[in-house]
Amino acid sequence: MSHDHDHDHDHHPEAPSPVEARALALESLLVEKGLLTSEEVDRIVSMYEHDIGPMLGARVVARAWVDESYKQRLLEDGPAAVKELGIGYPPATQLVVVENKGDVHNVIVCTLCSCYPWPVLGLPPTWYKSAPYRSRMVREPRTVLEEFNLNLPDEVAVNVWDSSSDVRYMVLPERPAGTEGWSEEQLAGIVTRDCMIGVARPRIPAESAAR
Amino acid sequence: MDGVHDMGGTHGFGAVNIERDEPVFHHPWEGVVRAMMQRTNGRYYNLDEFRHAMERMPSDEYLRASYYERWLHAVETLLLEKDVITRTELTEGHATHPAPEATRETEPRPALEPRFQPGDRVSTRNIHPHGHTRLPRYARGRRGVIRKVYGPFRLPDANAHGDHHAWQPCYAVEFAAQELWGDDAKQTDRVCIDLWESYLVPEEKP
Repeated sequence: MSHDHDHDHDHHPEAPSPVEARALALESLLVEKGLLTSEEVDRIVSMYEHDIGPMLGARVVARAWVDESYKQRLLEDGPAAVKELGIGYPPATQLVVVENKGDVHNVIVCTLCSCYPWPVLGLPPTWYKSAPYRSRMVREPRTVLEEFNLNLPDEVAVNVWDSSSDVRYMVLPERPAGTEGWSEEQLAGIVTRDCMIGVARPRIPAESAAR
Repeated sequence: MDGVHDMGGTHGFGAVNIERDEPVFHHPWEGVVRAMMQRTNGRYYNLDEFRHAMERMPSDEYLRASYYERWLHAVETLLLEKDVITRTELTEGHATHPAPEATRETEPRPALEPRFQPGDRVSTRNIHPHGHTRLPRYARGRRGVIRKVYGPFRLPDANAHGDHHAWQPCYAVEFAAQELWGDDAKQTDRVCIDLWESYLVPEEKP
């Protein structure tokens, strides 16, 4: 349904749910008042479904892995560095990229609402916005990470970033061993959304490792 | 306010439910809600007012509602409060008066000298305001260290309640997990929270 957003509400096969009816009632008022058009709704939906997503953050990470001076610029000034790659970053929020190292693992959360670096990762997954994740990540990060199949050794320190201000955080994961000589495009292919939230680490697919 | 939205550290919400390959929007109306928010936020209300409108939901409704249901509640609440729409218009389903002129916050960020520098030891105030705040309960009255200096940003506690000129420096403050959660937490682990200057007091050097 999400990939062919049809704005023709009048031909809905079933009666709308109460919340849907409320949303559509408000929408029609805003349209009447000239504050919104259905084209704008379609444009905004399409932007999040097709143009803005974790593939942007993955390009940033891959560049940082192959270009040490880019990585330094990225850690210094996130918005400027992502703009270098032609990725737009709106002025309303800041972007701070936090780097995973052998002995430090970073992970992001927003306990008070659901702040998320959407210009580089797209919209957050439902679990990121859920009460279990918001309540537990600051208190028992290792147990939560195990639920994502990420088991961190005791000697790795966990840094949790609770995004409470206009600053959005993104994790720069460690480049995995065995990716020497890979192109930026290949590298971007193993950087998932979850790696940049910090609930996963990049993994080399079995067939590449075997080559 | 000490509401259910302030979830950090709360027990009882169970395991994280991970949906594989989930769509960006689960229902078309969610995209409509996002678009309505984006077209009205910054014109009739600011993000702090928006967050506070969700926090003002009755606790049981907040917990039952999905993410975009909360958004819808907040957009509707604020547009009613700001007289952009009326209850009658909502019930009757058509507009009877034009929307008021939108306002835009264009005040430039002032230059403010930060009181703290990276490495400074601070403690957080133990505050429990009735209104909006971004100092989570789990981090009140705790000792930490300044890691990064940001801003200035508008103080959410003021900006959510009509004072849009209360700029303050903001800091990434690092807390030892044990300072927040006691000895059960791992000695190596840290939690960093962005906190505005007025949430913090200097801590004596040990």
